[in-house]
Amino acid sequence: MPELDEDQLLHVSLGPQHPSTHGVFRMNVLLDGETVVSLKPVFGYLHRNHEKIAEGITYLSSMPFTDRLDYICPLTNNWAYAQAVEKLAGIEVPERAEYIRVITAELTRLINHSAFVGFFLGDMGAWGSALMYAFREREKILDLFEDLTGARMMSNYMRFGGCRNDLPDGWAAKASVLVNEFPRFLDELENLVTGNEILIARTQNIGALPKEALINGGITGPMLRAAGVAYDIRKVEPYGIYDRFKFRIPLGTTGDCYDRLMIRLLELRESLAILRQALDQLPEGAYIHPKAKIRNFKPPVGEAYARIESPKGELGFYLISDGSAKPFRYRIRPPSFINLTLLEDMCLGLDLADVVLILGSIDIVLGEVDR
Amino acid sequence: MTPDLPAIFTRLRAELPAATLAHLRNPGPSGQDSLLVAPACLVAVCQFLHDSADLDFDLLSNVTGVDWPDPALTDAVALPAEGSAAAVGGFLEVVYHLYSTSRRVGPLVLRARSVDRAEQVHIPSVVAVYRSAEYQEREIFDLFGVKFTGHPDLRRILMWDEFLDHPMRKDYLAPDDYQYEPTPHDAVLEKAKQHYTATSES
Repeated sequence: MPELDEDQLLHVSLGPQHPSTHGVFRMNVLLDGETVVSLKPVFGYLHRNHEKIAEGITYLSSMPFTDRLDYICPLTNNWAYAQAVEKLAGIEVPERAEYIRVITAELTRLINHSAFVGFFLGDMGAWGSALMYAFREREKILDLFEDLTGARMMSNYMRFGGCRNDLPDGWAAKASVLVNEFPRFLDELENLVTGNEILIARTQNIGALPKEALINGGITGPMLRAAGVAYDIRKVEPYGIYDRFKFRIPLGTTGDCYDRLMIRLLELRESLAILRQALDQLPEGAYIHPKAKIRNFKPPVGEAYARIESPKGELGFYLISDGSAKPFRYRIRPPSFINLTLLEDMCLGLDLADVVLILGSIDIVLGEVDR
Repeated sequence: MTPDLPAIFTRLRAELPAATLAHLRNPGPSGQDSLLVAPACLVAVCQFLHDSADLDFDLLSNVTGVDWPDPALTDAVALPAEGSAAAVGGFLEVVYHLYSTSRRVGPLVLRARSVDRAEQVHIPSVVAVYRSAEYQEREIFDLFGVKFTGHPDLRRILMWDEFLDHPMRKDYLAPDDYQYEPTPHDAVLEKAKQHYTATSES
């Protein structure tokens, strides 16, 4: 490779206000012609020090703030936090609540992955159409969430030891209808996407890294599975009641942007399979443990790290209790933030236009990156 | 599956005789005990856990900091090492959660503690072993003020570069002029007066 002439390099600041950056995210890119020579992400524009705030308030008061981390998937955030506190305090969760949690989490995954496809096509220049199809379906799921939690997005629904309220009358039937109709949308979406010549030309052989590098870089979730690593926390370390359901883990081969897109499309089908089983088996019973404490809740001294497979990867909460009503240490392990670690490695030597696609394929939400 | 910590502990003792280690018990119901590693041998321990074919801890999932300002609190909550003397002063702690993707084992919790909270806040960086620590160590440097020696690019990551303090420390004082109003009144006016007496009237 010939020596780079520093005077010929072009410094481009992509963002923080840029349609391709999924929020206020900035990349300092150094270009040699069209080729990326260096890329340094800059973020923190949405930083509100959620962890510090949470250490000054009671455990339950942080629950609504977790909605605002990854605001596409508030219910999985709720679950991750509730699970960590349950581990910290040794709280049991009744069976019905576990089912409700699985159902809401998988519906959330449907939202996230279909919206991902829309956003990703938007990054490629197909702005609007695919996203509108995805949002049409998302709206139906959000209606279900509104019936259940009272809010379309900021649900604040999980509690330590269960959920805030039971399913409303007829909710499970409505959810079943949605689950049965969803494959039609998926067929439509896959028809639009998978065989598309431009999409294949733009996404194949872009952004791939070896498996070992991805694991070493802490990449989790669909990104890792696209490279062929069968690592899904729902299977590896079944939390809740995931060991009761039959579902498969779709795996990619190369880990390029095309695989990452396809993994999400395939995971949608598996989520539907889980939803069908969960809605069939949904038992009667309590939706929250009768002894769960809402007021004056003080977990015993100790610490706990708990994680779930959120739609974006491993979402973990690390809590230290000093026996008081407020957490001594409250830490979020944000998948979006850590999945960005290898962004530069993926982009080096590629064109600037590919950077936008690779960033899109990581699937970040800045509310979670910046916290 | 939780790792067999006593076995790993004896294994590390045998493989790295120079390493200073301690087994910390977790008093809570989660059962996640941890290994206290002296900062001097942290990288060697990580390298061994990463390279060893049968342990194979290949995923460093979570790295975070904890601020322990108060020795009394440390003795009660911060999992004092068995048989070791009580902590003398406050310190900063870095906590690592390791997993093995192939063996489906985890989390193995490692902790490293700085000498104090003011000057000797250096902990060796593990980025050379686990790349996933790169941004997380930057975050800990930013919010807690731990200085990671050997980190390739130790800059602030969430706060802006000109920011001076470390907001996640327990004794951090939040600024009281955040409620900016063009014409301050009532409570905000009182606050603003307190805050600006020194500067504006001089």
